[in-house]
Amino acid sequence: MMFQLINTFLIGITAGSIYALMAMAIVLVWRSTRVINFAQAGMALLSTYFGYEAMVHMNSFWIALPVAMLGGALFAAIIELVFMRLLVKRSSSGHIASVAPIIATLGLLGVIRAVTAIIWGGQDVRIIGPVSNFGYTLGSEVLVFSPLKLLILLTVVVLVLLLTILFQKTNIGLALRASAFSPEIARLSGVKVDLVRTLGWALAGSAGAVAGMFQTVNGNGTFSPDSIEFSLLLVSGFIAAVIGGLESLVGAAIGGLLLGLVISFVLMYVSSSLFFIAPFIVLLIVLFIRPQGIIGVKADRRA
Amino acid sequence: MTLTVSQLTVHHGAIRALNEVSFTLAKGELGAIIGANGAGKTTLLRTLSGLVKPTHGSATWNAHNLLKGKPEHLVRNGISHVSEGKAVIPELTVAENLELGAIWRRNKKESSVSQSEIIEIFPRLGERLSQRADTLSGGERQMLAIGRALMSKPELLLLDEPSLGLAPLVVEQIFQTIRNLTTSMGLTVILVEQNAMGALKIANTGVVLNLGNVAISGSAPSLIADPLVRAAYLGY
Amino acid sequence: MHKLKNSNNMGLFIFFGFILFLISNRVDELRVYQGASIAVFVIAIASIILLTGYSGQVSLGHGALMAIGAYSATLARNELHLPIVLSFFIAVLAAAIGGALLGAAAARLSGPYLAGTTLALAVGLPSLANQFSILGGEQGLTFDVGFPPMSLGESFTQYKWYFWISGLAALISMWLLSNILRSRYGRNWRAGRSNEVAAQLSGIHTGRSKILAFTISAGIAGLAGALLSMTIGTVSPSAFPLALSFSLLTGAVLSGVTTLSGVMIGAVTLVAIPEIADVVTNHIGSSENITTNLPGFMVSTLLIIAVLFVPNGPVEAHRVRSMKKLAKKKVNALTKPSMEGNT
Repeated sequence: MMFQLINTFLIGITAGSIYALMAMAIVLVWRSTRVINFAQAGMALLSTYFGYEAMVHMNSFWIALPVAMLGGALFAAIIELVFMRLLVKRSSSGHIASVAPIIATLGLLGVIRAVTAIIWGGQDVRIIGPVSNFGYTLGSEVLVFSPLKLLILLTVVVLVLLLTILFQKTNIGLALRASAFSPEIARLSGVKVDLVRTLGWALAGSAGAVAGMFQTVNGNGTFSPDSIEFSLLLVSGFIAAVIGGLESLVGAAIGGLLLGLVISFVLMYVSSSLFFIAPFIVLLIVLFIRPQGIIGVKADRRA
Repeated sequence: MTLTVSQLTVHHGAIRALNEVSFTLAKGELGAIIGANGAGKTTLLRTLSGLVKPTHGSATWNAHNLLKGKPEHLVRNGISHVSEGKAVIPELTVAENLELGAIWRRNKKESSVSQSEIIEIFPRLGERLSQRADTLSGGERQMLAIGRALMSKPELLLLDEPSLGLAPLVVEQIFQTIRNLTTSMGLTVILVEQNAMGALKIANTGVVLNLGNVAISGSAPSLIADPLVRAAYLGY
Repeated sequence: MHKLKNSNNMGLFIFFGFILFLISNRVDELRVYQGASIAVFVIAIASIILLTGYSGQVSLGHGALMAIGAYSATLARNELHLPIVLSFFIAVLAAAIGGALLGAAAARLSGPYLAGTTLALAVGLPSLANQFSILGGEQGLTFDVGFPPMSLGESFTQYKWYFWISGLAALISMWLLSNILRSRYGRNWRAGRSNEVAAQLSGIHTGRSKILAFTISAGIAGLAGALLSMTIGTVSPSAFPLALSFSLLTGAVLSGVTTLSGVMIGAVTLVAIPEIADVVTNHIGSSENITTNLPGFMVSTLLIIAVLFVPNGPVEAHRVRSMKKLAKKKVNALTKPSMEGNT
């Protein structure tokens, strides 16, 4: 009994740390351009394919991961530079101005999915994790928690810390925050706001890439454009970001962990076929009880 | 070194917000731009800092064309703009707001020097460095906004309605500080104000805008003495 | 005046129906089947337009609402042995109830929050089919509306029967919708869309108004879902993937979300895309990867192009263009004489 509890907790916290990364990516984009990027999971998928290619050629996860991060950052930056700026210029007024970015990022998600499927095919491809995913033994029992899960957890913690330091302690972070809260004041203080926005997207692309790589190796090691892992990443990332209040990186990280735990416990103790509906129910509960997120300030969700 | 604005015309859509506005301001002077609501004061300031694009006309500072640059280049040319309504970022701390003013310098050492200078001017900010800006009072926020602008060590300071919504006593204090900036630090200041009397009292020269046109301009004392200006803008 | 307009409309729709009937007797089976699909998409897209265009909300959950309609109709038919019309009615009702619940949540949200919430629903709900054995799991259930009545003649095919049913359903729903949109409710939605605060100040209960929009939209989506499973013959989770919700959104944006009049554009495009993709792949003789993914690629690309270049739809774009032309003409006509007078 106790054993199962620990197991469930550790599974949840590992999955949750990956959602946390995804949620942070969504928050980064939201804060830099006031757009919820529904294509974030698509970008993560593409980046994971970059990582897969590196894996095929170099045969090392530790090369593949930075390749995926770099590829993800570049791709996201290009999308912001070319696509999002055009979008702002073209459809910032009119009846659907408020929903245009949502529709556009959804379209982008569809395009990325289709293009990756055309290039790499619909079949599963494999990324081998850097360490074993066989669980540690605790006395006579084998835990689900493995060296790989430990590695994922540690890497995410380090990345979250790095991002937080970047955000709170550096000039780049100050520029990012200032541009998000007040573009005009940032501009008048000499911050190149457009550049900062692109940077925000690039960071998000990179964080999403790590989420995609880890989501794959934390699962069965395989993925395809239709993997449920990436649908889950899409939904969970968003929900975790909302739980965290959308504005805060720390909130996103906590939201991700909470969501991971809730899903893990529901699957273990309620029903395993609630896999996809559980996040939705969590989201509804959060939106009804505490719409500003767990650590968000009271803000209008209608904006 | 002067600020020269000539025949500046700005349209907001079909509406002409500024019409052939011309004036000059010498280095170290404090110029007040006064006028009623909607006279084009704020538009003038926003055009000078590149936030609004003019239809035609020119504006130069140190032989530098102001109308060509983007707003983010403003501080690099020695100009700071404090926009209307206590321009601070409420979500950031006081220290961060100040840091933001010097962010383009990339030199942390230099910016910590200017921070202590700002605190000398506004000691109240020094006591609240780690507080979020939204915990400050209105007057303190305005001080912070000016402090942030000063952090970039400007030669020309553009101030948009610093007295807006402040108690008379605080207004007095802010105006006195602005006056000191020109006299003791040698800054050139353009002060856009609805509080015409207060602004003209501390200014060297004044420009009165009316519906986008320069109604009258001249030295501040002469404007205060002008019966028309007194009747229309000073209220007696 | 108002009454007259409505009855005119009625006549127009009856006329449309007659034309469709004539066409269905002239073309081959595949086209008839595609006609039925177009009718289904017309209904589904109209439900999105109602929601997005008239009440300013984006829902990605309409695939899920369609699934609710499809499953309820199937259960009504298979378990309760209700007649077809009644089971479609059940579909509308069930989806509307689902929509009302979702709408109650939606009224508190908007923009990205609503889109994300409905997205989570679209991903989550179809998998519920595995939770309850009555829903038939991955395989799903068969949905059989039965053979066409003998009175229609020996040569009357099954597909033609589908086409008639869905065509009639489409005409009825469009007629209902266009009347609702002209009513007080339609005005309230438009007011809430363009300025929520102003609408509230003028006494419109925007929250209630949004829930109503969601409910009606969901009911119509439920009908579309039931019709969709009728044309496929089965209902299963895989018939209502996220891609369906995306397609509907694309259809709505292509049609122009601000008016119902372009709805055919989106519906025809959605049905035509697989065929166009087929032609393209045959032409360039490409791999299986391209064949299976080209339609998805085209739908998403169209969505992006539409939102970038005709964000308000081709009909609206055309209307604006011709209005400008007209205005120019009028201005010219007004200024010419005075100019002559001056010289």
